[in-house]
Formats: sequence, C-alpha cells, structure tokens
Amino acid sequence: MSDKPFRVLPRVTPLNEHFWRGGADGELRFLRCQDDGTYVHPPAPICPECLGKNVSPEAVSGRATVQTYTLNHQQWVPAPDHPYCIAIVELEEQSGLRLMTNIVNCPAEDVRIGMAVKVLFEEYEDVFIPVFEPAGGAS
Amino acid sequence: MTEILERRACLTGMGQSDVGRRLGQDPLGLTLDACIAAIDDAGLSRDDIDGVATYPGAMGGQPGFSGAGVPEVQDALRLKLNWFTGGMELPGQLGSVINACLAVACGLARHVLCFRSVWESTAQGKGRRQGIGLGGEGGGAGFRADGSMLGFTLPFRAYSAVNWIAMNAQRHFHVYGTTREQLAQIALNARKNAGLNPKAVYRDPMTMDDYFAARMISTPFCLFDCDAPVDGGTAVIVSAVDAAKDCRRPPIRVEAVGSALRGRPSWDQFDDLTSMALRDAGAMLWERTDLKPSDVDVAELYDGFSFITLAWIEALGFCGKGEGGPFIEGGKRIALDGEIPVNTHGGQLSAGRLHGYGFIHEACVQLWGEGGERQVPGNPQVAVAAAGGGPLGGCLLLTRA
Repeated sequence: MSDKPFRVLPRVTPLNEHFWRGGADGELRFLRCQDDGTYVHPPAPICPECLGKNVSPEAVSGRATVQTYTLNHQQWVPAPDHPYCIAIVELEEQSGLRLMTNIVNCPAEDVRIGMAVKVLFEEYEDVFIPVFEPAGGAS
Repeated sequence: MTEILERRACLTGMGQSDVGRRLGQDPLGLTLDACIAAIDDAGLSRDDIDGVATYPGAMGGQPGFSGAGVPEVQDALRLKLNWFTGGMELPGQLGSVINACLAVACGLARHVLCFRSVWESTAQGKGRRQGIGLGGEGGGAGFRADGSMLGFTLPFRAYSAVNWIAMNAQRHFHVYGTTREQLAQIALNARKNAGLNPKAVYRDPMTMDDYFAARMISTPFCLFDCDAPVDGGTAVIVSAVDAAKDCRRPPIRVEAVGSALRGRPSWDQFDDLTSMALRDAGAMLWERTDLKPSDVDVAELYDGFSFITLAWIEALGFCGKGEGGPFIEGGKRIALDGEIPVNTHGGQLSAGRLHGYGFIHEACVQLWGEGGERQVPGNPQVAVAAAGGGPLGGCLLLTRA
C-alpha cells in the first residue's frame, strides 16, 4: 500500500490533537481518566464515569478486533480506488472503546467480524490517520 | 399514571406537493404547495395557523436537503405565530411533529403547520449522489472535517450514511444470521406497493433477480437498498384536540410518541451495533400506552436504507430482537394484506425520499381510508409512523378517534 488514498482530513483542535498526531510517535492515543482509568472517545474534557476533569492522553496497544465493516463500492470523491473497507474496531483495553477506521494491507473481501487487527498510521499534511491491518501481518 | 400529554394533540390535515425526480421547481414553491394543501385539507385558513414546526430548518448540508425553513414559510403565508420551531437536533425528522404535539398540549398553539421539503433530485441531478458534509469543493480546497460525527467518519472515507448504516446491517447479519435475500423483501414490498401509488417515482415491478443484479453501493447494501432522492414537500396539521372540532375531518388521535435516545448519540459509539437510536424510541412508545404491537393495523417505517425498516420492525416489537430477517422472509407478513402492512405507499425506496414526512402522511392516508388501490383492507384504526436511523429516531402511534 504505497499509494495513499484521498482523504478528507480532520480539523485538529486542542481536544483531539493527541488522537490525530499521536501517530508521529507511532502511538494511538486516547484521553484517559487518571482517577478511574476510563478511556474517553470521541474526546471530551471530562470522564463519563466519574465526571472528573483529570483526563489526559495515553497510548494504547493498538490491538483491536473488527466489530463490523462494509466494503464501499460507491465513488464519492474524484479519485476512484474502490472498493475499500470501512470498519468499526474495538481496542482491547476497554469494552466499547471503538473507532471507525479502515482495514488495509489485506484484500477488502477478506475482512471478517472478529478479525484481530493492529494499528498503523497514514501521514497526511499535519495529521496521522490511524488505520488497521490484520494482526498476523499482511495476508 | 401521569397524563400522557401528547394525547391532547391530533392530526387534522395532510398535504403534499408534486413529487418527482428533477422537477426543476422552486423548492419554496413545493413547500408552500404542501402547506397550503394541508391547511385546506384540515378545513382551516391560514389565519387559524398559530404554530409552525419543521425539520431541519433552512440549513446547508448536502444540496437540496432542505427546501425551506420557518421564516420563508411564515413570511410567504404571512402567518401570525404564537410558537415555532425548526432545527435538526431532534429525535429524527418526525421530532418536529412531536414538538408540535407538545406545543398544542401546553396551549402554546392551537393549530401547528408541520412541514418537511426536499429538492435533492434537482440539486444533485447534475452529478452523482453526494456524500454528507464533503463541503462545496467535494472535500478539496483545504476543507477539514469537524465535530464528533463528521470529524471521526469522513477521515476514514465513510462519506455517507449508507456506509454507516451498512455496518449496522453487517453486524446484524453476523449476530443473527440475517441474509440479503431476507432484507430484499423490504425493497420488493416497497416496489410492489409503489405500483399502486400514482405519486411514487419507481413503479415498475421488481423481482428478487433484479435486486441481486443491482450494483453494490456499500456491502451488504445494493442500489435498491438505498432510497431515491426526489423533489417534494409534505405537510401535516397538528391541532389541539379541543380545537379540532373546527376541522373538516375526523381527527387522528396521537396515542403516544417515542423520542428516547438512551444510548450514546453516535453512528459508531451506540452500545448495540445491530440497533440504533430507534431501539429506544420504539421502547418508549410502548411505555406510554396500553396498546400493544398486535393492535397496530399499518406501519409506516423509515427506509432511508432497507435495513432501517427491519430495525424499526424489531424496535417496535412486531417481532423479537434479531428475528427481523425470518419475520420479513418471503414478504407475506409485511404485504398490504399481511399481518402488519409496511410502507404501503412504497416508502422512500420506491415512492421517493421525502425524508420522514412521507411516512406520517401515509399513516394519515390509511387511517382516513384514502389509499385507493393501496388502501389496507379492514378499515385500519391504529397506525405507527416512524422515522430516522443512526442516532436519530422518533415515532408516533396514531389512532382513529
């Protein structure tokens, strides 16, 4: 996967910067409550469990499981390289700690629910988009 | 039990503009056609209208998503209002009708004009269907995705609700064994009913082979799992029960509404990926009435994508959780003469994407017995109108007085 696809890039803010730029250090980062350990995503300045404000970014393992996926066949943007796989993955650190992402480095048709995946990053301008590949390496 | 306040509200009129592909008409004109028709239908004059409610208001978004907002309609009709609302942070498109029910229940208004209009077919007709929130430059020219919804979907090339809802469907397939052949019945049923609706945009018969021959959009959804953008306006009049005696028609009573969102307000963070916000709206509806799902004679259930209708069927208790696939298999149960007729006008899949309001309009058509060839037999007395998918969902249980 040498050619990176067209992407609409995220607006980086002080609240989400850890998420979109952690990839510069090879790290997938989420806000985490320093009092009760809860990860918070999408980012919010308080912990949803204890409502405390003691949240700060922490790296996670980057290991996750595919919860669901779709192969997009529709051409939405000028550069056609479909089909490609959009997925929702759940990080191993916490039940429900999910993000929408793409599964790369494997044929889109091979993606399955329950598949073990690991994070990697695609660099665009000032952001690093976290995408996932099969944990066993390219298939 | 505390009073179920929405029962102070009723529906007294319905109206709809021309509906079609690329009509090329002024969107405010379409909106006003629907509004004036609904006021006339109720036997009222514009001087009787003291409230207005709409979804989503005169917002931007993808081209043609909104035909008009409250100010344009109020001004064009020179309405004198005591109460009005327009916006999209609501429990689905019918959240605006629910708001109107509350307004008349509280005495803030007596007759509320509720409308929703779209002109997506003309606005997007020069190119292919557009994704959500890509901006005027198709995502180029330095456009950046923002907010908790688009900010965490667009960067992953998930440009449309078809991608987001497809993932709910795929999870449902995985957990419950639902199949494309089962899901196809939502589309086939809609097309069959549309054949009996003169205003439906797609009326030619559709077979299972046609369905499987259609191009894939976002697995497991093919083209026929996706609704058809159209131009058109729809309006209903919500009146206070004690004001409805001024009206031409026997009022349709609002028995209960569902507006709940008890899970996280998100396409991807909702706790149960096989369901959506409509799970909570459906549950709330039955918490507010002694009627049961088996009492419902006709169900008009949102089908922006086919799977959403299946999810509403489960959420409203017409079958058990996860049993939607077998329930609709073969299509007999949801047919016009089935145990629970669904989307009797053809839904958004075949009658056109009037975005939520088509369902409450059709519920009124059926309860007032004006369905013509598509009229559900047996003089239906109880209907559900439900709209929305993803984090948006709202529904109303309607009865003949």
